[in-house]
Amino acid sequence: MTLSGSARWALRLFMAVGLTFIYVPLLLVLVNSFNGDRTFAWPPRDLTTRWWSAAWENEGARQALLTSVQAGLAATAIALVLGTLVAFAVQRFAFFGRDTLSLLIVLPIALPGIVTGIALDSAWRSVMGDLGIGKGLFSVVVGHATFCVVTVYNNVLARLRRTGTNLEDASADLGASGFQTFRYVTFPLIRSALLAGGLLAFALSFDEIIVTTFTAGPGVTTLPIWIFNNLFRPNQAPVVNVVAAVLIVLSVVPVWLAQRLAGPEAGASRT
Amino acid sequence: MNAIKLTGLRKSFGTVEAVAGVDLEIADGEFFSMLGPSGSGKTTVLRMIAGFELPTAGTVELGGRDVTRLAPFERDVNTVFQDYALFPHLSVQENVEYGLKVRKVPRKERRERAEQALASVRLTDFGRRRPAAMSGGQRQRVALARALVNRPKVLLLDEPLGALDLKLREQMQVELKAIQREVGITFVFVTHDQDEALTMSDRVAVFDGGKIVQVGSPEEVYERPASAFVAGFVGTSNVFTGEVAKALFDRAGTFSVRPEKIAFDGDAGAPGVVAEVIYAGAVTRYVVDLEAGARVVVVEQNRHGSPGTGLRGQRVRLSWHDEHVIEIPERKEPSDGA
Repeated sequence: MTLSGSARWALRLFMAVGLTFIYVPLLLVLVNSFNGDRTFAWPPRDLTTRWWSAAWENEGARQALLTSVQAGLAATAIALVLGTLVAFAVQRFAFFGRDTLSLLIVLPIALPGIVTGIALDSAWRSVMGDLGIGKGLFSVVVGHATFCVVTVYNNVLARLRRTGTNLEDASADLGASGFQTFRYVTFPLIRSALLAGGLLAFALSFDEIIVTTFTAGPGVTTLPIWIFNNLFRPNQAPVVNVVAAVLIVLSVVPVWLAQRLAGPEAGASRT
Repeated sequence: MNAIKLTGLRKSFGTVEAVAGVDLEIADGEFFSMLGPSGSGKTTVLRMIAGFELPTAGTVELGGRDVTRLAPFERDVNTVFQDYALFPHLSVQENVEYGLKVRKVPRKERRERAEQALASVRLTDFGRRRPAAMSGGQRQRVALARALVNRPKVLLLDEPLGALDLKLREQMQVELKAIQREVGITFVFVTHDQDEALTMSDRVAVFDGGKIVQVGSPEEVYERPASAFVAGFVGTSNVFTGEVAKALFDRAGTFSVRPEKIAFDGDAGAPGVVAEVIYAGAVTRYVVDLEAGARVVVVEQNRHGSPGTGLRGQRVRLSWHDEHVIEIPERKEPSDGA
């Protein structure tokens, strides 16, 4: 496509403005986590790691980090198993309602978090509670898994679609049983898609706040919720900055890795 | 003992009948080709022999054993796939060893046999490469080695030369035939290229519409086609029917004369006008409109250099020997099969 000179410059300007609005505030958070001044005077006059050690010694923040990691790992594990199974079912078999199933699996990522949150909240109140399963970390994991499944599903589905069944036919033809074919051929071929989908799933879970708010039981505080709770307490502001910086790094790294692994067929992402 | 015996084999995909009743026996050590246009059912028959498709009806026997319901890995056949289907995450050596590895052959023997197999397809020093770093012809040979290393009773080849350029294809045809003679196992070769089938095979089965319309040696299929379809599909031919046939041969029926069997004759023969002269290197093709009302292709070798296009528009007479006139049996009921 060719564009006129002025159109090209206008588009460049839009892009620059857009990227600036997204990334400059993030950069600001990172810089301010080292800002020596308690009121974040700009430009920073001196840099310090004081807030970082303060954050590390903050029991609430450490506990929240641990909770977030636990929730993220558990939701990712569930997503890997379920997402892969569904991707295989949809790609390799024809059955009644296949397209509907595919839609139902992908839908949670498009649903507003508040809808998912309210739905899970009422489900927990009216059904799970009666079964003796109260809200806690488990309910957070279930809530996160609803949309984490999508990233694994999309990545694995794209990979299976691209590789086809020829290689598995060849493996069976050479004498490999179903299990051997999975171990030596299918799994190595989808491994990087699993890793990419898993990393994205972890990143999604790690910075989720809306669904978490509705599903977290008493005493369960993830990192984003901790930030939200402490955001307006003036004396906590420097520590909040540090925690936000950690959150940025822990979210960006997996997404960047996932992009590199998945290549051009990267799956849906909400971050 | 037959290597392969197919009885009443049928396969439907939904409402489409891809294979509509195939009976066939292939002898041990034979180079057997299944020839037909795309969609004629030849590849589906191959996939049923390999075990990738379950027949809707009929049986598949390998070496006298009924394997109709067995999985691919329970059958003593190996396949060379159209796109080679080499494992991209394994080296060439690991690809070739794969069949031995899953059958728990010890590592040392595995390596030796893989090296032998690679040597037999002239790829001795390529073991460490990845398939992606090889040319089409080389990948084709890796696929062949990967299948042959398992010493199967039957090797199935699904249009294995389709992706190669002409020069390489002709070279591989000669090589495949030599390898088959060397290892002495049965080759079943699927192709839509009649030259390929005629060049390499001991016997050829011609497929049309999910059925075998003729089985025979290349010479039989070419010189005595069983139907107008075979005459038209295997080589070029001039088919005469109805009034034209009556005028040219003095009796009713369907007749065929191969282009290379027709000669220009000064005085005698059927009169006509040259419509087109096509120079093709070794031969020249003439298209002649006969006065009797048929368009005929004549092929002549360019033994004395190029004839030029001077013949176009000229009146000529065409003649042929009676023994080169093929009388094609009238189309029988659809159940004639083999």
